[in-house]
Amino acid sequence: MDLLEFARGPALQIAAYVLVAGTIWRLVAIILLKEKPEFSEPRGPGGLGAALKVIYTRAFTAPVFKKATLYPKILGYVMHVGLFATVFLFVPHIVFFQGFLGFDWPGLPNSAIFVTGVVTVGTAIALLVRRMTSPVLKLISNFDDYFSWLVTVLPLVTGLLIPIRFGIRYETLLAVHILSVALLFIWLPFGKLGHTFLVFITRGTTGMAFERRGAKT
Amino acid sequence: MSTVDDRHTLDREAERIAYKPPEVRHDTQGDESTEERVEKAMHHFVKNFNSQTASYLDGCVHCGMCADACHYHVRTDDPRYTPIWKIELFKQAYKREVGPFAFFYRLFGFKKKVTIEQLEEWQHLLYDSCTVCGRCSLVCPMGIDIAGMVSMARHGMFKAGLIPHELHETAKRAAETGSPLGITPDKFEDRVEWMADEHEVDIPIDVEQADVLAVMSSIEIQKYPQSIAATAKILNAAGESWTFRTDGFEATNFGMLSGNAEWQKEATMKLIDAAIKIGAKTLVLPECGHAYMAMRWMGANMYGKPLPFKVFHISEYMADALNSGKIKVKEVDKSVTYHDPCQVSRRGGATQAARDVLNHLGVDLREMKHGGDYNWCCGGGGGVVTIKRADELRHRVFKLKMDQVEATEAEQLLSSCANCRQSFDDSQQHFSWDYTMGSLMEMVAENLEEGTS
Repeated sequence: MDLLEFARGPALQIAAYVLVAGTIWRLVAIILLKEKPEFSEPRGPGGLGAALKVIYTRAFTAPVFKKATLYPKILGYVMHVGLFATVFLFVPHIVFFQGFLGFDWPGLPNSAIFVTGVVTVGTAIALLVRRMTSPVLKLISNFDDYFSWLVTVLPLVTGLLIPIRFGIRYETLLAVHILSVALLFIWLPFGKLGHTFLVFITRGTTGMAFERRGAKT
Repeated sequence: MSTVDDRHTLDREAERIAYKPPEVRHDTQGDESTEERVEKAMHHFVKNFNSQTASYLDGCVHCGMCADACHYHVRTDDPRYTPIWKIELFKQAYKREVGPFAFFYRLFGFKKKVTIEQLEEWQHLLYDSCTVCGRCSLVCPMGIDIAGMVSMARHGMFKAGLIPHELHETAKRAAETGSPLGITPDKFEDRVEWMADEHEVDIPIDVEQADVLAVMSSIEIQKYPQSIAATAKILNAAGESWTFRTDGFEATNFGMLSGNAEWQKEATMKLIDAAIKIGAKTLVLPECGHAYMAMRWMGANMYGKPLPFKVFHISEYMADALNSGKIKVKEVDKSVTYHDPCQVSRRGGATQAARDVLNHLGVDLREMKHGGDYNWCCGGGGGVVTIKRADELRHRVFKLKMDQVEATEAEQLLSSCANCRQSFDDSQQHFSWDYTMGSLMEMVAENLEEGTS
């Protein structure tokens, strides 16, 4: 078994198992915690509609905070959109997903994905610089923040290196890229990257609680 | 070459270079060992965990945006005042002790055990520099209610005997005497009689059966007793069958503010029992923000079932009475700006009520920039106004409020919270400020249409 076969085979498979099992475990451990009944008389509806509303609305910053949060918000949007595009709109990735989903969707031209990848990496670097220089972020950051940054950026960088090569064999670069994705899969459920799924719970439960009060969400 | 003594370090970040004040004192109550204190703090913090709070502690992405929403950080640029940092120890403890991957966190030493020194340091962050105003909760992109987490952390701190002495003593007095200012039922009755004479208004007290139970805050009874008369004028004008009760008159809840859930429940149950005893259909809460949170949104949960009566903040009651025509008011030819009490508006959902009242009064309402639900806190909420050592910081933070109010150029400043009012009065004196905080309820009472009073 060569490196590429290992990466495509057992490495990715085990990483996928860890991703799924870790995510389920983290979610179950949270969801199964006891809920206290809420007896106060509601002012507004606080059900699923309220949860969905805030899951959507909290993606945007209230005008009052826009000025103060503009820079990190822009970086955040670019980073997330860039990640989405490079993962889900790159044709070879779509072919990979089609292998187990059974259907495909239109992708972006390779050149567009390359530019998107470069912009996303640049944004990630800007976020890292901000984290390392802002007094607030320096204080509140920990290992998880920096390691999560690393495992997010590695697949982007290794993916961007594939068409450039630098004299390295395609198969080796691809194997390294897949291994970096495997590392991302393995880390995702455990650290802050868990916000990929936790965001629905945090925003949703806040939405339900505060919309029920008729309070600002 | 001269030498400089280094006993007092210079604070070069302050507006004027100054000596850094001596280290903040850390108060303790009880005789527990340090190990017991840490254990109690953590145990009572996690005691009331549910999936919402667990997801909050697990979900923070450390974006730091909450810092820009916090008046303490905005006014000082001190990163320690970043709201999410205020619960850092408890996040740490959650992940290490009870989170889904606690085992790994302990195994690899990713999260260290919380120490007594850290808890002592956090006393300042959880009490002196957080009014639980919840502005940070509105900016968080993950939707984490950080203010709610601070309240939970206070439960742990109280049980560990690690809260500021002033707040502890105030809460203790409230638990022992029924009032944080030591107002006994007899004293309350005296004040009621005095106000009835002074304002020539009927004030029913200890009526056996009534539709409405009205309650007051000690701050009003002691410092703004005219509020008693104003409440009576409004309820009389509305033609209510109502009463004050000496067995349930105190609306403030220092158990909640200090973090003692048992004392919180006792204070809440006093009012619930009094309301049930007289068969009240409605409980009208006074101009007090945290009293609204304690009873309107937490009262039924303390009771363990839905309350058999409705709960209104006085601003909600007045809005309802004015909208339905139960009471009428004369127009007031004044420009007014309104300070929203955080627990009534932003966190309580009754933001519109005061605006309805002001609309009926016909005033020229000049909303503050970043007002309403995004209002800057007065700096005195969450029990902070009781903590003497926090005064300097509180005054520094109040500057934001002063700028907000002054920019409206309104003639009159109003609010609907006696705690805010007290905080404004104190800061007004400190800064020799022109604006005096007034009461929305008193303005309504003073302008009731003839024949309705």
